[in-house]
Amino acid sequence: MTDAAELRRRTRALLAGQPPASTDRLDFLKARFDAGLAWVHYPEGLGGLGAPRALQAVVDAELAAAGAPDNDPRRIGIGLGMAAPTVLRHGTEEQQRRFLRPLWTGEEVWCQLFSEPGAGSDLAALGTRAVRDGDTWVVDGQKVWTSSAHLARWAILIARTDPGVPKHQGITYFVCDMTDPGVEVRPLRQLTGEAEFNEVFLTGVRIPDSRRLGAVGDGWRVARTTLMNERVSIGGMRLPREGGMIGPVARTWRERPELRTHDLHQRLLGLWVESEVARLTAERLRQQLVAGQPGPEGSGTKLAFARLNQEISALEVELLGEEGLLYDDWTPRRPELVDFTGREAGYRYLRAKGNSIEGGTSEILLNIVAERVLGLPAEPRTDKDVAWKDLAR
Amino acid sequence: MSTDPDLLHSPEEEALRAAVRDLLTDHCDAAGVIARTESDAPHDVPLWKSLAGGMGLAGLLVPEELAGQGAGHREAAVVLEELGRSVAPVPYLTSAVVATEALLACGADDLLAGLASATTIGVLAVGLHTAPGAPFDRVRLEGGALRGELTGIADAAVADVLLVPADDGGLYAVDAAAAAVVPQVSLDLTRPVARVVLDGARGARRLGEAEPAVRRALRAGAGLLASEQLGVAEWALTETVRHLKERRQFDRPVGGFQALKHRLAQLWLQVVHLRAAARAAADALATGTDTDVAVAVAQAYAAPVAVRAAEEALQLHGGIGMTWEHPVHLYLKRAKADSIALGTAGAHRTALAELINLPAP
Repeated sequence: MTDAAELRRRTRALLAGQPPASTDRLDFLKARFDAGLAWVHYPEGLGGLGAPRALQAVVDAELAAAGAPDNDPRRIGIGLGMAAPTVLRHGTEEQQRRFLRPLWTGEEVWCQLFSEPGAGSDLAALGTRAVRDGDTWVVDGQKVWTSSAHLARWAILIARTDPGVPKHQGITYFVCDMTDPGVEVRPLRQLTGEAEFNEVFLTGVRIPDSRRLGAVGDGWRVARTTLMNERVSIGGMRLPREGGMIGPVARTWRERPELRTHDLHQRLLGLWVESEVARLTAERLRQQLVAGQPGPEGSGTKLAFARLNQEISALEVELLGEEGLLYDDWTPRRPELVDFTGREAGYRYLRAKGNSIEGGTSEILLNIVAERVLGLPAEPRTDKDVAWKDLAR
Repeated sequence: MSTDPDLLHSPEEEALRAAVRDLLTDHCDAAGVIARTESDAPHDVPLWKSLAGGMGLAGLLVPEELAGQGAGHREAAVVLEELGRSVAPVPYLTSAVVATEALLACGADDLLAGLASATTIGVLAVGLHTAPGAPFDRVRLEGGALRGELTGIADAAVADVLLVPADDGGLYAVDAAAAAVVPQVSLDLTRPVARVVLDGARGARRLGEAEPAVRRALRAGAGLLASEQLGVAEWALTETVRHLKERRQFDRPVGGFQALKHRLAQLWLQVVHLRAAARAAADALATGTDTDVAVAVAQAYAAPVAVRAAEEALQLHGGIGMTWEHPVHLYLKRAKADSIALGTAGAHRTALAELINLPAP
């Protein structure tokens, strides 16, 4: 197995062959991918070396020290965090070779066509249809809450291919070409004023069967790989102390003594403690993963951060007093990057409301913890054995 | 601050946990603990001898050259997790952690050897409610004799030696036989408190300065108490989940109702967080890195979680949870007493305000 010393050697060889100072950014990223140093836990030939995932940090540290460019992972988070693990796990060799390299280098942006107006928490009830026409599938339907759709070259898409069987069984997973003339992307303006997400209308979109991921009717199982990775990527960031939402309000508290009250002080200290403990919990989870002993703790990370982000940002608006009555900018904007802490307190307060909805609502996540971690009885499911077409809608 | 604490349990620590749990499973059942609380001797001295002497656990914080195990706070924390899970009525926190730390601060090697080998039980005569750094009561030193009364002294009833702060600034070792120890009717019958009355006790030995020794002792106690609170909360969660899977009403297991599932899932989440906080405090005590903040964070977080876990256990057990026969009340009383012991969550938050520079108005 490839160890840390070997990875260091290979990283230095890459840097020697492609000095970052004199190499085009994209050429460097392609060379890094081809050297197996993109994501070392991926297989050889697909940007990795089959090394333990934890050793990626060794490569990243060497590259950062040498001032090498990165692939701007936040811009291509959906591709890296969701599409890539799914293509790796369920794609054919041909699909893996076609998609993974430009996905990782950022040449091709990905988006996710999962949620629908009528299928949110009950995603498996989705109604977008894909009908086979020879070697091609014809897709009609509407998707929603699609970030990056206006930038994306490709989408991961789940659609109903068999309405005559129960809902989980009639779904198939595709890679959808976002340049197809039947794809229409409309910005979806949010309560913050900006349009970070889109509605996507699919009308007669043609997808070759070669862009199907996994077997026909097996799309729900494939989608679970994507969704599991989504929750990990939402909750799994490594933070320094005061690294999250608590940071800005702590700074305001220190810099603006005139705003302080006793009531806010007690609440701030309580939230500071909870933030620090949530950070330690995420760190403990990371240490478990590195030690090869993943625990069920990951299921809760997103739950904790969602609630804390909401409570802290709410406190911050209140702390600001008169300024809390103001808002920085209601102009409809199309941000390429979403930074939960990037704007002012009012924005943070409003945007954080989405944290307990996106990527699985907190209510659904509590069900998952109760059933999968604590082993409590599952919710009654009257729709389990009913053909999708016969469900009440 | 730059390096992250080790928040996992090592294989050796897990082996220690398994050994302690085996002993407690065999010798510390809930019915026995309840029966003992109604007797004249609420402490389980035979269990203490097995744990502290037989397994050598009283000496985890004491160097090997002083008859200790030369282990550390991480290991002692694991022992406390298990003792909390059993609400074991033994003076581990008081003798093997708090009094031991005070003696380590004073360099009282001969007394340490006695505590480490469990031939002696030592108790720091500072009220259990006292937070690290908070003022504490002292007795008077009058012509070489100690005179005065101290209240809320946990486990004093089984102490062989009392470590008593006096008004000259010193910490004195007093033979328990030279003091009157009067049990107080305690909320937590598994860690009862007592009044210690010194009526001109002579022969007390000055060990050193009280203030730094008490501060160090209470800080270690507060940090490791979080692990005991973790054990209490884990018992409450585990027992409640088990009960709700078995208990049927409306022809369904009660644990299938979403209102209860969500409450238990929330509780699980808090216990997971408490585990990280408690481990961070134990590791910080062991390494000496970032210790004041880690201890204050753990104590500010632990008490509400342990109390809530016990309160949820009681409510979700329904009527049986209100009985004397069911052990949930032992855990509720311990959790509530622990929420005051070694400083309330509020006291630790106030301490943090200074440590992390979030000053009061």
